[in-house]
Amino acid sequence: MKTIKMMLAGGLVLAAVFALADPQVATLRGSSPLNQEGDTPPMPSVINKDLRQARAYPQQPPVVPHTIEGYQVDKNYNKCLSCHSRKTAEKSQAVAVSVTHYMNRDGEFLAEVTPARYFCTQCHVSQLDAEPLVENDFIDMDHLMKKDK
Amino acid sequence: MKKLVDVGKQMWAIFRRPAVHLSFGFLALGGFVAGVIFWGAFNTAMEFTNTEEFCVSCHEMRENVFEELKSTIHYSNRSGVRAICSDCHVPHNWTDKIARKMQASKEVWGKIFGTINTPEKFEAKRRELAEHEWARLKSNDSLECRNCHNFDSMDFTRQSQRAANMHSSALAAGEKTCIDCHKGIAHRLPDMTGVPGYEH
Repeated sequence: MKTIKMMLAGGLVLAAVFALADPQVATLRGSSPLNQEGDTPPMPSVINKDLRQARAYPQQPPVVPHTIEGYQVDKNYNKCLSCHSRKTAEKSQAVAVSVTHYMNRDGEFLAEVTPARYFCTQCHVSQLDAEPLVENDFIDMDHLMKKDK
Repeated sequence: MKKLVDVGKQMWAIFRRPAVHLSFGFLALGGFVAGVIFWGAFNTAMEFTNTEEFCVSCHEMRENVFEELKSTIHYSNRSGVRAICSDCHVPHNWTDKIARKMQASKEVWGKIFGTINTPEKFEAKRRELAEHEWARLKSNDSLECRNCHNFDSMDFTRQSQRAANMHSSALAAGEKTCIDCHKGIAHRLPDMTGVPGYEH
């Protein structure tokens, strides 16, 4: 009998704890109930200032500081390379793609951008003028080194 | 041959003989009214072939080029101004329009014999067909673009820096016309190997 009472009491305490701790898990869809559609936030615009942005770490692919909406990148044509290729960079004054993009996986240099690097937006993307949805606590290497000193 | 000449002579005799029963007023006014009706019908029919419904009534247009247009700014944009097929592909000026409509008889031929009736066939002809349009717009100084996009009304300060640089130099000097740089804005580009300004 005593054990049953103990178990019942324990069960009540647990139920109270669950009821108090409102299971409000933060999700991207916000706090709207499941059976209702949430408010749609306005779509942020693409940063189109043509100003180069710093890389957060040395190997980071540089981000695209302009809109690339409707840019065709397929077997027929690569719109990005019409300004950023080695040959066209002088006229357009755009940043030419780095030499690594002309190397195949064996490190041999090709005359054209290697097919492995042909689809620019796999690594290089334009940025939205918006607050990050999720906080990022990434610390730059330089800041980390300064901290140690 | 002689028979044919005789028939011709007979016809001419009928044609030049004055009317026996019909009055001059009837013939003059009737001719005028008939002319108005014919002209109206002719233009209405021609305008019908300028509508989007007419263009996309063929699957060749509906499933290839029209689908491509749908994702571009000329189909859907913030202000709702919209270009349809004929805005860019048919001259607005009447004589030029008639000339283009006569050229389009080749397209009727293509429709009948199915020159682009599959996506593969269309893809194979994409460069050739695109080159026709580039050549037309190059030779008329991008007239169909300029029907809406007026250079004198362009505010460079409201364009992006890159756009303003190009428009205030090459376009302003008349060295370049719209189509030189703005190929493939409403449809996908073909293989651009060897197209000036599009090599990379």
